[in-house]
Amino acid sequence: MSVFIIRRLLQSVIVVAVMSLIVFVGVNVVGDPVDMLINPEADQAEIARVIRDLGLNRPLHEQYLYFVKNAFQGDLGKSFIFGESALKLIVQRIPATFELALTALFMAVFIGVPFGVYAGMRPNALSSRTIMAGSILGFSLPTFWVGLMMIMVFAVMLGWLPSTGRGDTVSVFGIEVSFLTVDGLRHLFMPALNLALLKISLVIRLARAGTREAMHQDYVKFARAKGLTETRVIMVHVLKNIMIPVVTVLGLEFGSLIAFSVVTETVFAWPGMGKLLIDSLHNLDRPIIVAYLMIIVLVFVIINLLVDVLYSVLDPRVRLKDAGQ
Amino acid sequence: MSEAMEHTTDAPLKVETPLQRFVSDYCENKIAVGAFVMLVAIIFIAVFAHWISPTNPYDLAKVSIFDSRLEPGTKSMDGVTFWLGTDSAGRDLLSSIFYGLRISLGVGVMSGVIALCIGSAIGLTAAFYGGKVDTLIMRIVDIQLSFPAILVALILISVLGKGVDKVIIALVLVQWAYYARTVRGSALVERNKEYIEAASCLALSNNRIVFRHLLPNCLPPLIVVGTVQTAHAISLEATLSFLGVGLPITEPSLGLLIANGFEVMLSGLYWVSFFPGIALLITIVSINLVGDQLRDVLNPRLQK
Repeated sequence: MSVFIIRRLLQSVIVVAVMSLIVFVGVNVVGDPVDMLINPEADQAEIARVIRDLGLNRPLHEQYLYFVKNAFQGDLGKSFIFGESALKLIVQRIPATFELALTALFMAVFIGVPFGVYAGMRPNALSSRTIMAGSILGFSLPTFWVGLMMIMVFAVMLGWLPSTGRGDTVSVFGIEVSFLTVDGLRHLFMPALNLALLKISLVIRLARAGTREAMHQDYVKFARAKGLTETRVIMVHVLKNIMIPVVTVLGLEFGSLIAFSVVTETVFAWPGMGKLLIDSLHNLDRPIIVAYLMIIVLVFVIINLLVDVLYSVLDPRVRLKDAGQ
Repeated sequence: MSEAMEHTTDAPLKVETPLQRFVSDYCENKIAVGAFVMLVAIIFIAVFAHWISPTNPYDLAKVSIFDSRLEPGTKSMDGVTFWLGTDSAGRDLLSSIFYGLRISLGVGVMSGVIALCIGSAIGLTAAFYGGKVDTLIMRIVDIQLSFPAILVALILISVLGKGVDKVIIALVLVQWAYYARTVRGSALVERNKEYIEAASCLALSNNRIVFRHLLPNCLPPLIVVGTVQTAHAISLEATLSFLGVGLPITEPSLGLLIANGFEVMLSGLYWVSFFPGIALLITIVSINLVGDQLRDVLNPRLQK
């Protein structure tokens, strides 16, 4: 077990190191570092000073070590636009992104599971087929375009929901959250649903397949034979069993929700990390880009590591196979 | 002519060629046939966009600002009907979509083909040599696939910068791992079969065995992954272009058309981003449906 975790931990460290190397080479070799790291409005004396400060006149391997040393001290440069530490700016935006992703995750479960179970119970009914056709469409629809159409219908034509921003926020343990105010919820609904759409389709399919399988199992027959109501059979016995794959897959998909929030945040002007990245790419605010890439890779490596470790706890075959290699 | 054909099909010693069997299997699903026809039509439109389009939306001499923001179905002053309306610069949206399809499909297919070549070469290498080479390559593939495609693409675009070539490079680097994994999987199965053993006994060179014997037998799953991945690539390119980090405005793909529409959408011009999105959706759905059917037809386990 510990061998497995150590091995995975080592792999994660290697991934982060390789990523830092790619980002570093991307900024310093592919592009011109003077162009990338120095504010274009700076004058000659300022440029010379920054080149010296950043050590750009030194050999490449020394520069890389310098970059890594600074990164460990939490210094990934200052934003050209905001004049603040790039790392701090991104960390400030993390709660907004996580709030969006978590809400989308909940939506995926609470919308996807009922539809999926329903479709699984009556696989040949017209309503079930409509649900399945909808889920196939959900896989093919481009997320950003659906977001646009939602704004078009619900914000522009009907005027029911606001189309941009986070609305009123409340501070909980020093973290600003939207979901505790009515205005915040109204702002949160559309972006979260947009982000959840793909996962809803996925959950519908998982829940349907699970239900179809479970309905023929002995424990369901036995529960029915005991004279339990159909509601109780479904809500207690079937649901418990189909939730295992649903929860596992959604845990794996949480990372992809954070990645896709870049698109949703841009469409709905949601002030999260993804929007900050796209804005910085447009404004050529390189320190923020570098900082974002390093943080997102770190977040992903941590998520992947947690999932792997949880997997090995839940399923002994995984760690046994790995130990046997 | 038709009599002769009937005669051959009714002949008792009818031998169906693999191609004929493939076609008849494919045609069993009517939806898939419809999707294939749709896909052929889309490719035709994309290739001959400059002949089919009612107007050339990028010919500044023809585009008039007086035609801007017209609703679908209105007539221009020259008598041309704008079936899908015009955008804020007065370009006919239908023509823009035809031209946009060409760019979207072009980028998607080109990145798909390059990724297929690179990915399958790497996958074959891994399967054929095995051992340390295999472990190393598959570790890299696993790690890359543990990151979502959109994230890998964003990282690459941030490092590489904007431009058609950069977008294609990014899409290739996003996709190669899928091909490598697929090819390795089927090559590992094929490698242990007798015909490979026979080829080795004939002392054929490794190159010849890999490319003339192993690769052709790994093709079916590769074709399936290729169609699905091309749909992914088109969707990914549209997303990147919509975010403003993909293709430059000189290459107006469907994603850029939708982004254009986003700017005027809040003033009620729904059609400028609605119709390009529908075109994108139809393209992706047709490719996916064709891919699904190919998977069923090419899967030996499902063959009767």
